[in-house]
Amino acid sequence: MPQSAEKVKDHIALFQEPEYKDLLAAKKEAFECRHPDEVVAAQLEYSKGWEYREKNFAREHAVINPHKACQPLGAVFAATGFAETMPYVHGSQGCAAYFRSHFARHFKESSVCVSDSMTEDAAVFGGMTNIVEGLQNCYTLYKPKMIAMSTTCMAEVIGDDLQAFIAAAKEKESIPADFPVPFAHTPSFVGSHVVGYDNMIKGILQYFWDRDNGALTATKGTRINVIPGFDGYAVANNREIKRMLDTMGVDYTMISDVSEVWDTPTDGTYRMYDGGTSLDDTRAALNAKATVALQQFCSEKTLELCASKGQDVVALNHPLGIGGTDAFLMEVSKLTGKAIPEALEKERGRLVDAIADSQAWLHGKRFAVFGDPDFVLAMTGFLLELGGEPAHVLCTNGSAEWEAKAKALLASSPFGAGGQVYRGKDLWHMRSLLFTEPTDFIIGSSYGKYLEKDTGIPLIRLGFPIFDRHHHHRFPTFGYAGALRILVEILDRVFEVADASSDISYDLTR
Amino acid sequence: MSLDYTNDTAFNEGLIKEVLDAHPDKAAKKRARHLGTVKQGGDGNPTCGVKSNVKSVPGVMTVRGCAYAGAKGVVWGPVKDMVHISHGPIGCGQYSWSQRRNYFTGTVGIDSFVTMQVTSDFQERDIVFGGDKNLDKMIDELEVMFPLNNGISILSECPIGLIGDDIEAVAKKKAKDLGKPVVPVRCEGFRGVSQSLGHHIANDVIRDWVFDKKEIVWETGPYDVNLIADYNIGGDAWPSRKLLEEMGLRVIGSWSGDATLAEMERAPKARMNLIHCYRSMNYICRHMEEKYGIPWIEYNFFGPTQIAASLRKIAAAFDETIQANAEKVIAKYESLVEGVIAKYKPRLDGKTVMLFVGGLRPRHTATAYEDLGMKIVGSGYEFAHNDDYQRTAHYLKEGTLIYDDVSEFEFEKFIEGIRPDLVGSGIKEKYSTQKMGVPFRQMHSWDYSGPYHGYDGFAVFARDMDMAINAPVWTKLKAPWKA
Repeated sequence: MPQSAEKVKDHIALFQEPEYKDLLAAKKEAFECRHPDEVVAAQLEYSKGWEYREKNFAREHAVINPHKACQPLGAVFAATGFAETMPYVHGSQGCAAYFRSHFARHFKESSVCVSDSMTEDAAVFGGMTNIVEGLQNCYTLYKPKMIAMSTTCMAEVIGDDLQAFIAAAKEKESIPADFPVPFAHTPSFVGSHVVGYDNMIKGILQYFWDRDNGALTATKGTRINVIPGFDGYAVANNREIKRMLDTMGVDYTMISDVSEVWDTPTDGTYRMYDGGTSLDDTRAALNAKATVALQQFCSEKTLELCASKGQDVVALNHPLGIGGTDAFLMEVSKLTGKAIPEALEKERGRLVDAIADSQAWLHGKRFAVFGDPDFVLAMTGFLLELGGEPAHVLCTNGSAEWEAKAKALLASSPFGAGGQVYRGKDLWHMRSLLFTEPTDFIIGSSYGKYLEKDTGIPLIRLGFPIFDRHHHHRFPTFGYAGALRILVEILDRVFEVADASSDISYDLTR
Repeated sequence: MSLDYTNDTAFNEGLIKEVLDAHPDKAAKKRARHLGTVKQGGDGNPTCGVKSNVKSVPGVMTVRGCAYAGAKGVVWGPVKDMVHISHGPIGCGQYSWSQRRNYFTGTVGIDSFVTMQVTSDFQERDIVFGGDKNLDKMIDELEVMFPLNNGISILSECPIGLIGDDIEAVAKKKAKDLGKPVVPVRCEGFRGVSQSLGHHIANDVIRDWVFDKKEIVWETGPYDVNLIADYNIGGDAWPSRKLLEEMGLRVIGSWSGDATLAEMERAPKARMNLIHCYRSMNYICRHMEEKYGIPWIEYNFFGPTQIAASLRKIAAAFDETIQANAEKVIAKYESLVEGVIAKYKPRLDGKTVMLFVGGLRPRHTATAYEDLGMKIVGSGYEFAHNDDYQRTAHYLKEGTLIYDDVSEFEFEKFIEGIRPDLVGSGIKEKYSTQKMGVPFRQMHSWDYSGPYHGYDGFAVFARDMDMAINAPVWTKLKAPWKA
């Protein structure tokens, strides 16, 4: 008997037992009608070759294992970062269930978001009734200070007019006339989650700056706005950014800060709302001197809005690594006139010290990198700083501008000379790249585990989502501190591989 | 091994009132029909007394998903040798990618495709000009990429039905081109009120696009059965299969966990359909009964009491040999069951449980908990129908709180009010519950554990409930200087 009460075996051990191996083999043999093993083996071999790669890259319609999500996911992320705010998804309810699950699986936190559950009748008559009822129920039950509305593709295809519907709901007294319901149209057939993030932030700022008595003051102060962007490490990264800004003595508003919302304690009380950017701060952010977007491709339209209000705008690409963090600090210093303090310079020095200690283990190692546009740029940049060679740089949801930046980045260093940039490609393309032109490591999200399994190339988990490892997001990747953490993660894999690959070279000291 | 207890009807009715009072009038009126307690009905049978399978109230944060989730995530997605296209924009396929743990054997990307996300990734031009042409070309490309696929399913996302695409026409054409099944599934997310309609639509597609499409060469045996509606979450279907085989039955089709298309096509050759999740596949069982004269039996493989009862019930439909075998199987596992109960019951005895799951487990797991001495104090379904609630009342004790399509608001208030020792629900409910200091197990995904079916699975189930409830972390919620 394979199972026992003394040592209970779950799926990991149970199905390795001979009884189950036999059962599965018998099922396959007698009932499954599979292709013969040798045919499967031949196709597997064929799928690793150049010919298959060429066919793979000739695909124009089939998308296989893409690395991007849809706009409303980004909109819900953006809305989550405001104080006592309920994200509201206008359209099919299944979408909201998916967004909540997706974030819960990554952050290991509750993620709230209502839907107004549009069905067939709403498809015919439009979703106004759903908004009128949905806003009232949401407002009454969850007592938010703001409801931030985005749309699913259903509502977009039938062309629902959010502005008019929200006005109608206020007219019917579903919610008070002055209750903030900023909105964004977020069609999932345009762009990706990073665009949805941008649209929602812009929608919220527009609400407070244009419609809700936001008034431009004559003189700008020294305060700056910081927009973090869609970031799986936001919990820790936002804190790290704030710590650096506090150290500099900068006066700032973080626009959409999920660091408390998605990191609440287990102490007997569930907090549906905790932290987040206050609505007053959001309103006042209009009069900031400048807005810094930490992730350019999450904030393109928002920065246009900020610029139109007379703010200086700066777009960074994910302040990760030495150069990424340097750029952040220098831009902030330039905008605010605050010097970069010695303490931060010392942190930088410690990071450089660590890299100097370890660089020999990274020099010339080949990496494949995939993920969201700004992350991929920053990660590639950091690898170049470490002496690693980014060989395949892939971004499913990168724009033409992203591609140009990525190519320029590779061209800026001899370590980037052999690298190729793949825009709009998916992880099935990456599989062909890794088989035909192998790298030493893969850097990317949990979805990369299938690439690791297929190719045997170790995956270093960085990016969003991380579903199959716990609590990585609780530690920063931004700043010098974050860079040190990433350095250690990469080194750990390098040393594990070295230890596992040879009994002879099994050195105690490395 | 039925435990004798009742739950506090008056207290639970009070909770319901409190929750309804917090709603606007219209919503309260709607929700009142979905909340209740188990009572004796007029006919002398217990009843849950709630309405079900109606539209969710907008804005309340329903736990429910959509028809696509039911059709792709539940019924079609696990069929391992087919490529399943999430047809429409990127999101649906991305969020459901590898999220139901339908275990299978095979080589991913070569002859098995369960843990892949294949999508037409609709862009604005597809919405404007329609997606049929691209779908046609896409299927050709998939054939080049995955020549060993045995069929393709097209799972519609919301826009497909709204822009008037004719995926049936594309499916027919491509099936002819490729000489293999290409099945269109009209499971747009706005159809129906929950995942449930997606199950039904997916069942109908099996009927209309899989059955009787080609000659099935199969030497029928007297003990041929299909194992229906076990999705092999964490490997559930395998201990189930083991029990059925041990009692002498031949499982010729496994639906749809670890299934190949051949197993689906062959199903009408069976003598008997054994169905676990009634909600998601009763439709096809009824069809097979009507058209092919195949009887079907509902069974329950959670916990020793129900497993033994089910083995005997199934055996009763066959001959004495099978009946004798069933007794031998039950006897074979007796010592394992005794060992598990001896080990875990003292740690779980009297602990209370609230459940909120999909369409089966809120009743099917109840006795398994009771086998361990635990008590079900509240239960409810995301997408059950009236016939499910009819099947539920006799599993539960008088006064048990019943909540159909519970909202986040209601569930939180019920948990706060009852303070059970364990909540079994989904990923969306997990973390808020644990923060309240209440132990939790995910009962859709088995919290990445399993299997829970069969005797081998019961040991895992018992271990998992123990580790959730008796984890030392629950004693650390309050800082000692605050205690």
